Amino acid sequence: MSAVIENHHNEHDHHGPAKGLKRWFYTTNHKDIGTLYLWFSFAMFLIGGAMAMIIRAELFQPGMQIVEPEFYNQMITLHGLIMIFGGVMPAFVGLANWLVPMMIGAPDMALPRMNNLSFWILPFAFFVLLSSLFMEGGAPNFGWTFYAPLSTTYAPPSTTFFIFSVHIMGASSIMGSINVIVTIMNMRAPGMGLMKMPLFVWSWLITAYLLIAVMPVLAGAVTMMLMDIHFGTSFFNAAGGGDPVLFQHIFWFFGHPEVYIMILPAFGIVSHIIETFSRKQLFGYSSMVWAMLSIAILSFVVWAHHMFTVGMPLAAELFFMWSTMLIAVPTGVKVFNWIATMFKGSITFETPMLFACAFVVLFTLGGFSGLMLAITPADFQYHDTYFVVAHFHYVLVPGAIFSIMAAVYYWIPKWTGNMYDERLGRLHFWLSFIGVNVTFFPQHFIGLAGMPRRVPDYALQFADWNMVSTAGAFLFGFSQVFFLFIVVKTVMGGKQATDQVWEGARGLEWTVDSPAPYHTFSVPPKVS
Amino acid sequence: MGSKKKTILKLSGAVAAMYLFSFLLVPLYDVFCDITGLNGKVAQTTNAESSISIEGREIGLQFISHNNAGMPWTFKPSKEVSKIKTGTMYEATFYAKNTTNKMMVGRAVNSVAPTNAKDYIKKIECFCFAEGIELMPGEEVLLPIKMVVDNELPKNIKNIVLSYTIFDSNLENNIIMDHDSDHAGS
Ligand code: HEM
Ligand SMILES: [Cu+2]
Repeated sequence: MSAVIENHHNEHDHHGPAKGLKRWFYTTNHKDIGTLYLWFSFAMFLIGGAMAMIIRAELFQPGMQIVEPEFYNQMITLHGLIMIFGGVMPAFVGLANWLVPMMIGAPDMALPRMNNLSFWILPFAFFVLLSSLFMEGGAPNFGWTFYAPLSTTYAPPSTTFFIFSVHIMGASSIMGSINVIVTIMNMRAPGMGLMKMPLFVWSWLITAYLLIAVMPVLAGAVTMMLMDIHFGTSFFNAAGGGDPVLFQHIFWFFGHPEVYIMILPAFGIVSHIIETFSRKQLFGYSSMVWAMLSIAILSFVVWAHHMFTVGMPLAAELFFMWSTMLIAVPTGVKVFNWIATMFKGSITFETPMLFACAFVVLFTLGGFSGLMLAITPADFQYHDTYFVVAHFHYVLVPGAIFSIMAAVYYWIPKWTGNMYDERLGRLHFWLSFIGVNVTFFPQHFIGLAGMPRRVPDYALQFADWNMVSTAGAFLFGFSQVFFLFIVVKTVMGGKQATDQVWEGARGLEWTVDSPAPYHTFSVPPKVS
Repeated sequence: MGSKKKTILKLSGAVAAMYLFSFLLVPLYDVFCDITGLNGKVAQTTNAESSISIEGREIGLQFISHNNAGMPWTFKPSKEVSKIKTGTMYEATFYAKNTTNKMMVGRAVNSVAPTNAKDYIKKIECFCFAEGIELMPGEEVLLPIKMVVDNELPKNIKNIVLSYTIFDSNLENNIIMDHDSDHAGS
C-alpha cells in the first residue's frame, strides 16, 4: 500500500483504537462493530441453545418431566426468536461489517455513527425480550410466528414488551441494511464494477434490499397487534370485523423473504470458501448472481406455502405450490456451480472447507424436504408436524449456522492474525456434523408418523426417535461450547498467519496484513 | 458524497413506503377476498329478484353455529337441515339468548362452504350484516335470514353449508376475561 496520496482520508490514519471499554461503546470502526456483532450473536446463540437444551430435555421421554407446559411454550417461542433475530441475523451483519469494506476496498462503512447505533440498540432489545421471562404471566408463549389471536386476545401481558423489542430489532436491521447498501453502491474501489464484486458482497447487497422491503412489514404487523391489544382496533379480530388469517398473510409476506435473508449471505460465504480450497476459479460467477437475484424476487410470491391448510381456493394453492417449486431451479443452479467448482480441483479439507461441504450436502437435503412440503396435498399431512421442524432446522443449522462457523474459521486468521488449531477445528466440525444429523434426521421420521410440533408431551410410539434426537442435541450443544473455547484460544494466540492465509485465497481482504490493521484501504486500491 | 445522500434518502423512502404498504394490505386483503370470493363471506344484495324463477332443483341447506371462545350466549339455528329449491325465496331464523345478567352486543360472522357457492347465494336480509346485535340480560330473539339460491348454482353442488360464528363485540371483555383465566403458573 502506498500512502503517498493522502487527501481527505487522512483524518482516520493517525490513530488506532481507543483504550478500555470506551473503545467499544463509542467505536465507529467497522472492524470493532463487526467484532461486537459477532460476539453478541455468539452470546445469543448460547442462550438460545440453552433453551433448546431445556426443550430437548423435556422431550427426552414422553410425559411431563422437567418443566411446566406453559414454560415449555415460552422456551419454544424465545428459542426461535433469539436464534433468528439474535443469532443468525446479527452474525451475518457482523460478517458484513468486517468483510464488505475490506472486500470492496473501502476505508469503512458509509455511515459509521449509524453503525454504532444499530449495534448498540440490539442488546437493549434482547434485554427487554428476555426480561419478559420474569414478568407476570411469563414470556411470550405463542411461537416465533406469533399468530393472532394467540398473540393478541390470548397473549400474556408481556406481549407489549415483545412488540417493543421486535420494533427495536427491526430498526437495527433496517439501519444495518441502509449502511450496507450505501457502502456497496458508493464506496467501491475504482475499477470494481458490479459484476466484479465478490459474491459475499453481492449476497449482502441483495439481502439488504430484502431486509428493507420486509422489515417494515414486520413492524407493521406488530404495530397492528399493539393496536388490537391496547387501542381497541380489530385488525385480526373477527368480532370487530377483522380477520386472523390476514395476520398470517402479513406475517408470511415478511416471513418467507426472511428465511432467504438468513441463507443468501451463507451462499456468498460458501462460494468463497469452496473456490479457495478447490484452488480454482468459481464456476459460473454470473449465474450465481442471477440465481441469487431470482431467488430474492421469487421469495415475494411464495409466502402462502406456509398457509396451505388455512382454506384457500384451488387456484391459489396451485399458484403457491408451483411458484415455491420454481425457487428450486435457481437454488439448484447454485448447488450445481459449487459442485462444478470442486470438480477436478486440487481440494484440501481444512475446517472451513469441511463446514462448506457439509453445507452443500445438508442444505440441499433441507431443500428437498422443502420441496416435499411444497406439494400442497402432501403438506396437509406434514404441516405443523416435526417434519417441518426437521426441514427448517436442516436449512438453518447446517445451512445458515454452518456457513457462519465456516466463515469464522476462514477469516479468523485475518481478524486476529493467529491461525486456529486445525486439529481442534476438525474435531469441532465432526462433533457438530454428527450432532446435527443425529438430532434432526430422526425428526423427519417422527414428523411423517404424525408427531405434532410445539408439544411438551407426545404419544408413546414417538419415544425412541425422540430419545435419539435429544442425545444428538446435547452432543451438538456441547460441541458449541467447545467452539467457544477454540475461538477464545485463537484470539489469545496461535501460529502467526500469513497475509494471504490460504494458498488459494483471492480477494482484496487477503492483500492487507494479518491481523488486519485498524484502518485499511484509506487509499483505495486499484482493481484490475 | 452527494450520491451517498441520495441513496440514503431513496432507501429511507422505501422503508416508509413498505411500512405504509403493510397497512395497505388490510384493505387490499378485503378487496382481494371480495373479488375472488375467498373467505366465503356472502355480501348483501338488493337485486335478488333476478334470481327468482319457477324452475329450480332441490338442494340441501345446512346451518351451523359456533360460539367464539368466551361468548356465553345461546346461539343456534331454529332448523339445522332443510331441503330448499333454487330460485325460490327462503326464510330461516336463528335463536339467540343473552344468558348473562348484563347487556351485551354480539356480532355474527358468516362463511359458506363450498366457497364457490358464494356467488350464487343472494341474501336480502341477514342478522350477520348488522354491526351489532344488542340483547338485554336474559333477552331472547329470533334472528332472520332471507335468501335465494340462484338457479345457476353449479350442478355439482348439491349441498350448501352456511356457518355463523357469534362473537362478543366488546373486545375489552375478551381480553380482560382471558387474563383472569391466566395460566400464570410460572
Ligand atoms: C427449495 C427451497 C425451499 C422450499 C421449497 C421450502 C418450502 C417450505 C414450505 C412449503 C414450508 C411450510 C411447511 C409447513 O408449515 O407445512 C416451509 C417452512 C419453513 N422453511 Fe422452507 N423451503 C425452502 C427453503 C428454506 C430455506 C432456505 C429456509 C431458511 C434458511 C427455510 C426455512 C423455513 C422455516 C423457518 C420454515 C418453518 C416456519 C414455521 O412454520 O415456523 N426454508 N418451507
Ligand atoms: Cu417459506
